[in-house]
Amino acid sequence: MALPTRKRLAAASVAVALAFSLAACGKGASSSSDAQTDASGTTTLKMWTHNAGNDTELAAINQVVADYNASQSNYKVEVQAFPQDSYNTSVTAAAASKSLPCILDVDGPNVPNWAWAGYLAPLDGLDERIAQFLPSVVGSFDGKNYAVGYYDVALIMQARTSALQENGIRIPTIDQPWTEDEFAAALAAIKASGKYENTLDLQTGNTGEWWPYAYSPMLQSFGGDLINRDGYTSADGVLNGPAAVQWATWFRSLATDGYMPLKSGADPAQDFLNGKTAILYNGSWGAEPARASAIADDVSFLPAVNLGQGAKIGGGSWQWAVSSGCPSTEGALDYMKFALQDKYVAAVSKATGTIPATDAAAAMVPGYEPGGDNDIFRQYSKEFALIRPATPGYPFIATTFTKTAQDILNGADPQEALNQAVADIDANQQSNNNFQ
Amino acid sequence: MTQTIGAAHPEPPTIDQLGRLSFRQRRFTKSRQSQRIAAVWMVTPAAALMLVFIIIPIVLTFVLAFTNAKLISPTGPRFVGFDNFARLFGDPIFWKSLRNTLLFAVFVVPIQAGLALVLALLINVKIRGVNFFRTVYFLPVVTSMVVVSLLWKFLYQPDGLINNFLAVFGIDGPDWLGNPNTAMISILIMSVWQGVGFHMVIWLSGLQTIPQDMYEAGAIDGANNWQRFRYLTWPALRQTRTFILITITIQAFALFTQIQVMTEGGPLDSTSTIVFQAVRTGFDLQQTGYASALSLVFFILVLVVSLVQRFLTRDKDVKK
Repeated sequence: MALPTRKRLAAASVAVALAFSLAACGKGASSSSDAQTDASGTTTLKMWTHNAGNDTELAAINQVVADYNASQSNYKVEVQAFPQDSYNTSVTAAAASKSLPCILDVDGPNVPNWAWAGYLAPLDGLDERIAQFLPSVVGSFDGKNYAVGYYDVALIMQARTSALQENGIRIPTIDQPWTEDEFAAALAAIKASGKYENTLDLQTGNTGEWWPYAYSPMLQSFGGDLINRDGYTSADGVLNGPAAVQWATWFRSLATDGYMPLKSGADPAQDFLNGKTAILYNGSWGAEPARASAIADDVSFLPAVNLGQGAKIGGGSWQWAVSSGCPSTEGALDYMKFALQDKYVAAVSKATGTIPATDAAAAMVPGYEPGGDNDIFRQYSKEFALIRPATPGYPFIATTFTKTAQDILNGADPQEALNQAVADIDANQQSNNNFQ
Repeated sequence: MTQTIGAAHPEPPTIDQLGRLSFRQRRFTKSRQSQRIAAVWMVTPAAALMLVFIIIPIVLTFVLAFTNAKLISPTGPRFVGFDNFARLFGDPIFWKSLRNTLLFAVFVVPIQAGLALVLALLINVKIRGVNFFRTVYFLPVVTSMVVVSLLWKFLYQPDGLINNFLAVFGIDGPDWLGNPNTAMISILIMSVWQGVGFHMVIWLSGLQTIPQDMYEAGAIDGANNWQRFRYLTWPALRQTRTFILITITIQAFALFTQIQVMTEGGPLDSTSTIVFQAVRTGFDLQQTGYASALSLVFFILVLVVSLVQRFLTRDKDVKK
């Protein structure tokens, strides 16, 4: 009786030991598994993307990869898609265990952070091609290009045309956006008409990157900024100067004057389409649903407001990059070169309803040809887009700005809150030796 | 109880004794040895998981708290002594978070424990349909906290169900989660609602271990309902009480999920807690070292509170 038990235990021990050693093998091999060469001489390149939850974009990317794999036999790209919420964490974890894929996508403002941390390799030899892309979709750090995206989006004021006409409000144009005074008068007139529950909706219920993306351009339009872009060493004077305080006071007043809800509803775009909102601050991605809705004839896609220093909107969306740990950088760059063709830029931006990043691609996407329905968004991007500060400290700045703006909207003293934000940001830049 | 286990598993024999054992007895010992090996094998998976996911991270926290480690950085961590702690104690958000955490614990512990006891007493009766109520009270516990938080976020909206209900009585409800004065109370109510079922079951298990003859003796002595509870039930629940007190306290200190889903610490830091601040600092602000220092302070806080509670409840043991 005892012997079989011990035999079984011995067998179990061996099995477990085997499992462990196999796991160890797997781990040991994984560092090179992102570029494995098989018997026929084909090197497999792993590629990560954030859009597991976005079927149309993922399908477009998969098509690019399928075309690339069919076009040559030296390299085979393998796509792995992650949900956006856990994507950055996955990349950080992979970088810590030195198992980054060869090709990966990265949210524009994170490029300097990841490049500085040594995750990314410069896109050598692609500069000439990259120069043909919108400047806002190129991720660079220290004078080198590290990432490039297929598309950009533009922030717009999506308004009910009838609300403007009935109240005698001028329809703004790209050459002459609303001024601060005009905007204030427009809000007052629409509110007085009493036809809309929300005169304005800035989508303050959104979380995460939306806050710096959507509201820091307003701060910049007032003449402030997230950080002094000359050397990126301090935010003093730009994030807590008179212009910034003016922005903060104005931002808060939109809620206290009753023009917009302190916190937007669960679906602001739907509220707009349902007639609850007169003016919605939105991305150009809202154009397609609005044109397909019942109020399609009554929607205008207006430029952002000029709050003093010209209208500003955020720039930069998801971009593609090559990791520094890739054992076959030539392969990864070869794929990038292939994938950056105009027809793929056109295909991806068409699938996502976004602005194609090159002129030639724009001509291929319906609506984006010069004079087309969507051409105006491309012009907004060219004219107004300002990329978020290209410093590795950006994630810290973004989180701090979000919290500060939320506090200000909820009634914190503007000067005090902004001073605290500046102190935190400066301390973080300094503790990292200003990322030199 | 312990005696029975001891009898079934006597101390292993010494080598001397083994020599004097008969063949039969030796065979018995061998099988006992393999039982021990089997026991080791059964413990190993749990022990390995504990080691990898609890013990090693705790040790790492202790080390990282004294470094300037960053989540993303090309340079490795550097030892900075007590810098993180000096910064921590000068950080206004830390003090707000600490105050919020303590306030939450002070209110949630008696409310949740008391309510759970009331529910347990109500359903500790032998009537038809009592299982239905047990299930209903227990439902929120088996529902994921994230789901519960999302649901309540909708209930609490300015034009949500709760305010619509209040409007029936002519009360103009506040923006529950958007107002610094009501945000923490809203989270507290929702947390109690979610957690009360679990502690009700613990109370119930305590109630059902009370021998029936004690109550019969009480009835003979002419005890009324209140006396029955005060002098029989309450003292008999002493051990259950200690357990519930400590588990609710630790849960209350670890308040995080509701905050993350419902308010993100706002408005104006009125719902920021220590664990929430640690996660935000460590991941959003990428300051691993500083977040570790926060976690270390949190660890010590929970340890001290648990020890004090242990001490207080043990003190009562001695008196009795």
